[in-house]
Amino acid sequence: MYTPEMFESIRKVEATRESRIGADLRRMTAEEKTNLLNEYHPDYRAAGFTTLKIGPNKGEKAPVELAALLEANSRVKDLDIDLNQIDYDADVLVIGGGGSGSSTAIMAHENGVNVMMVTKLRIGDANTMMAEGGIQAADKPNDSPLIHYLDAFGGGHFAAQPDLLRKLVMDGPGAVKWLNELGVLFDKEKDGTMITTHGGGTSRKRMHAAADYSGADIMRTLRDEVFNRKIPVVDFTAAIELLLDDQGNAAGALLQNMETGEHFVARAKTVVIATGGAGRMHYQGFPTSNHYGATADGLILGYRAGAKLLYQDTLQYHPTGVAYPAQIFGALVTEKVRSLGAQLVNVDGIAFMNPLETRDVSASSVIRECSTRGKGIKTPEGWGVWLDSPMIEVILGKGAIEKRIPAMLRMYGKYDIDIREVPMLIYPTLHYQNGGLQIRADGRTTNINNLYVAGEAVGGIHGRNRLMGNSLLDIIVFGRNAGRNASEASKHVPTPGRLNFKHVEKYDKEREAAGIKSDIYSPKLLPEYARKGR
Amino acid sequence: MKEMVRVFLYGKKYEVPAGLTIMEALEYAGYKLVRGCGCRNGFCGACATIYRIEGDRELKACLACQTTVADRMYVATLPFFPLIKEIYDIEEIKPTEQIMMQLYPEIYKCVGCNACTKACTQELRVMQYIAYAQRAEYEKCAAESFDCIMCGVCSSRCPAGISHPQVGVLARRLTGKYLVSPADHLINRVREIENGEYDGPIDEFMQKPVEELKDLYNHREIEA
Repeated sequence: MYTPEMFESIRKVEATRESRIGADLRRMTAEEKTNLLNEYHPDYRAAGFTTLKIGPNKGEKAPVELAALLEANSRVKDLDIDLNQIDYDADVLVIGGGGSGSSTAIMAHENGVNVMMVTKLRIGDANTMMAEGGIQAADKPNDSPLIHYLDAFGGGHFAAQPDLLRKLVMDGPGAVKWLNELGVLFDKEKDGTMITTHGGGTSRKRMHAAADYSGADIMRTLRDEVFNRKIPVVDFTAAIELLLDDQGNAAGALLQNMETGEHFVARAKTVVIATGGAGRMHYQGFPTSNHYGATADGLILGYRAGAKLLYQDTLQYHPTGVAYPAQIFGALVTEKVRSLGAQLVNVDGIAFMNPLETRDVSASSVIRECSTRGKGIKTPEGWGVWLDSPMIEVILGKGAIEKRIPAMLRMYGKYDIDIREVPMLIYPTLHYQNGGLQIRADGRTTNINNLYVAGEAVGGIHGRNRLMGNSLLDIIVFGRNAGRNASEASKHVPTPGRLNFKHVEKYDKEREAAGIKSDIYSPKLLPEYARKGR
Repeated sequence: MKEMVRVFLYGKKYEVPAGLTIMEALEYAGYKLVRGCGCRNGFCGACATIYRIEGDRELKACLACQTTVADRMYVATLPFFPLIKEIYDIEEIKPTEQIMMQLYPEIYKCVGCNACTKACTQELRVMQYIAYAQRAEYEKCAAESFDCIMCGVCSSRCPAGISHPQVGVLARRLTGKYLVSPADHLINRVREIENGEYDGPIDEFMQKPVEELKDLYNHREIEA
């Protein structure tokens, strides 16, 4: 429950609520947004970044924590592994068990090849499962892929790789149809019309949802489909390094059992990195909405093998992470709460911005409110502002919260906070990795044969900021795309000859030449939360 | 000095700060979690946990990431439960009464003990959704089971050996695919795209100079 000081502020929020409903909150001008981002967005904080000393993106900026992993020791260093002893042999090896990896595997299987998945936790332990708000697709009569393109391109500061964004919006409706036909339970009217809402930065209501379990329902369905197709899923097993063949083409990965430490050699004709995001890196000390395994593993594997990164210096801080209570600090409060009408309100009960600005602008605005403007609400972990959830039922009627955002009602209910009665206290949380490995429109990396990437590990689809609902869309569109193309390519690739780690040796020499000294090993695999004893 | 509580993790006693979740208490005690930890936010079902407070006779179930520790709490996590998952082809099956009977016949052995509902970490009416499945009322079963995160605690408590979460998934997929009306606007748009109707327009649109796109973006009409 909230503290007496918080309740004092809540009374101010309640006092202004009625006058705020239906009020037209001005959107910021382009110039106001630019200035706000420059001053308050964490991506613009120089201390959070360093310059990469080696590798394909040498000389470019990267988050300090990511750079440390990119320049760390390989986990295969000093290992004595016989790479001729093949433990798993597949046409397509998918690394990662989330939404993109599962979509990839399903499409590869559909194409008749031998596909296997490997995941360091369980299939479904992924950010996909936690995506609450919805999935965009331009399928309403007043909408079109062109309008979707413009919304996403502008929202990402005109930095998206155009061919990837084109694919995202053009394949969007097909992706939603595919999910629907697999049995995902989208919110619909009686006649089958999709119930769609706005997200921050959308100009049309194109957010499709399955209550606020959108990602969960997609993930449960995809997982069930993977099982139905009997696609092998090797779980609790991490890929710790890629394996290349004599020509330098991707040809498999070295795997490690997360519990026993045992190593396995997986050989494949094509490899798909679908390892997801990096929230558990806690860039700049932010809490995160991400799942336990979000540690940028795929970026490390790809980079060491010579694949290029794109926009590795841009992260998404979701404006509404939980600021209080402490037990769920940093957890996601879905943007859908704002889609349904809730405003962002400061300590004095003032709605300080239009709630449907893009995520980077909204997060920066919340940070400004809590810092220089001094209008935040004090919490044990720092500061927060109110997200005025009770407005939703004033606008949409009683029962709307239980029906449309049941997960939020439940999450707060466990701490005796009834979001129908009192607002939620929020602050930005590290949510999404805008950058990642660079790919072509067919899903393959730009410079390594037989190496594909899908999902959050890809950089450039969205540019330097991502709109709500375009991530669930991207994992499906680019997961299916990688599945189709990697499986098709595998039909024309001969069984790889001798596998090697030469790229790791080469990378080590580069490290040495650059004078890099590191006592850490990467990929990170899991965050270190266990308290060290005396 | 922080207030501390006594917890018994797998029976062994530790003192941890009050206010931690069970998951944080495990980590505070020094456990490096591999199993039993997924999303840490109550969506994935990886951290199903059974607990009992000393002096209380009842075993309760929860998610370790969503539950605050209490003094004299005995904790055992249940990160895996060998549920039956039957294989089917979603394109072949139909939402008939027979399909549940074929795939999950044990649901008809439900003895009505309601242990599943009592154990549910999401506070769902599990026995009720199984009853709907028995009667082939799949839309009701789908709605009632919708918030299921498939942690498996219900099945661990079931004397009839029912795989409740898998019954729920099947009912939801049948509902989403066959019982809810299709979205005509979606089907039409996909057809238009497949017919190439947007290829020319989007290519032309993408050719516009960025300055023009910026102007279009900054002055675009936003649906009310």
